[in-house]
Amino acid sequence: MSVLASIDLQTLGDAFGLGAIYALMAVGIGLVFGVLRLVNFAYGQLIMAGAYTLAYTSGWPVAASIVSCFAVVVALSLAMDRVVFRPLRSSSPAVMLVTTFAIAFLLQAVALIIDLRDGQLGEVASSIAPLNQAVSVGGVDVRKVTFVAVGVALGALIALALVLTRTTIGLHTRAAASDFRTARLLGVRANRVIAFAVVVSGLLAGAVAVLLTVQNPFVQPDFALEDTIIVLVGVVVGGIDRLWTATLGGFAIGFVSVLVNAALPTDQTVFLPSVVYALVIVVLLLRPAGLFAWGRRAAMERV
Amino acid sequence: MPEAAALELDGVEVRYGSVSAVRDLTLRVGKGEIVGLIGPNGAGKSTTLNAIMGLQPAHRGEIKLNGQALRRRSVESIARAGIALVPEGRRIFGDFTVEENLRLGLAARRRTYIGDPFGPAFELFPILSEFRGRQAGALSGGQQQQLAIGRALVSRPDLLLLDEPSLGLAPLAVDGIFKAFTEIREVGTTILLVEQRAQRTVALANRTHVLVGGELRMTLGPADADDTEKIIAAYLAS
Ligand SMILES: Nc1ncnc2c1ncn2[C@@H]1O[C@H](COP(=O)(O)OP(=O)(O)O)[C@@H](O)[C@H]1O
Ligand SMILES: [Mg+2]
Repeated sequence: MSVLASIDLQTLGDAFGLGAIYALMAVGIGLVFGVLRLVNFAYGQLIMAGAYTLAYTSGWPVAASIVSCFAVVVALSLAMDRVVFRPLRSSSPAVMLVTTFAIAFLLQAVALIIDLRDGQLGEVASSIAPLNQAVSVGGVDVRKVTFVAVGVALGALIALALVLTRTTIGLHTRAAASDFRTARLLGVRANRVIAFAVVVSGLLAGAVAVLLTVQNPFVQPDFALEDTIIVLVGVVVGGIDRLWTATLGGFAIGFVSVLVNAALPTDQTVFLPSVVYALVIVVLLLRPAGLFAWGRRAAMERV
Repeated sequence: MPEAAALELDGVEVRYGSVSAVRDLTLRVGKGEIVGLIGPNGAGKSTTLNAIMGLQPAHRGEIKLNGQALRRRSVESIARAGIALVPEGRRIFGDFTVEENLRLGLAARRRTYIGDPFGPAFELFPILSEFRGRQAGALSGGQQQQLAIGRALVSRPDLLLLDEPSLGLAPLAVDGIFKAFTEIREVGTTILLVEQRAQRTVALANRTHVLVGGELRMTLGPADADDTEKIIAAYLAS
């Protein structure tokens, strides 16, 4: 069986959908990395918290449920910055990375405790599940959420690009990401740009929480954990040093993993991570600065 | 005292770990003056400017702007208090346009002014106005230095700190920026100028201090500019 033959329109739609969601996650991770030089491993737990919020507010009107999801995720994102990142700002990258691991496990443990109060693992976010229904496009069924995911991702990325290039806070954030010391020297307020990046990153995590919960309404403490690991790989492969290369990396790894998944015979999908990681290793060997980092020196040289 | 002091350093010591790079430094820059700070490589000139700016906080001593102590304030709040530093190596945002670099300079502005916000930069360096849409990284070294100075001036600082602004520039460009310093003083901005071009600095500044091994060794006046032997002796006085 040829690989191409197995890729139908449904699969292609899924690939764009997951690529779009992963691109949003990549931007959320890349923005915070830009200003804090911190890879936030706990990004997935922000999404998980949003998913639980959707589950626990299933009885509410959908709009209220989604708004509370965003509110919880942004608040948690800001709290993480205030309580953990800010005191550690001058620590080494290794210390910060290990700390975000610790936060990730802490948040998972907290989620487990809350979840198990009803004696059962997992909660169902039922109210937004209808978005997962299929619509017919030229005789092929594509799930509604695919369009929503691609639309939301495009809208969010365009809006963010406009804010970053057209507004003062955007200019200050880009400057801080490129040379924080000089930006502060010019009067750019460190706490402000960091808060901006953290809030936007939280908004993106909220959007991802909604999109992922539509596809998988069964929420558990490890919700979005695997996705986050895959996105982190994509971001590093794309080039974390630049927002747009990180975004492309996130999109590409989401897109490719759906296609690889479809191409592998069903009984062999367990090999998916191996295939993806093998591709990653090859890319990092050939392009250590990132797949999309054309004409740029390696990320390390700037630090 | 003839003039009110814009900047006062009193017994300042700056350390990197346990090593002190500047010791017991006391100096004063009057409003509207240009004060020079010269000395060999590693003398502690950049360290002094960084301490004033809050980038490398002083371990001991007092630093005052217009009589107000700057102790324990953040870098950005010192910038917003009216001190602008043109750092060693210019630190232009090469990927940004000239105009974006200048817009960054506005971050430290204390209030809005009537007219073109980039006026202070464009009046001094018209080329920046012409090239405002270009990538800053594509400018020549001299133009980048003009941009770095212009970026510092659009915040309308009371005190301008310059760290070896002529380093690596062609002779003509050096003439250009030294002429600019005189013009900057004329509009009332106070300048503390760190330089390696000793003779030109001594000739331009109201006073020039010689820093050697982290300590002030000598103070020269404009009359000493042609006394090459005295300047050389000051450098060697270690
Ligand atoms: N970041 C730093 N860490 C440790 N030592 C430093 C650092 N920066 C400068 N120094 C040391 O402090 C001394 C003064 O340096 P600096 O202020 O850069 O001198 P100058 O600007 O006069 O050439 C030198 O001995 C230098 O090695
Ligand atoms: Mg120096």
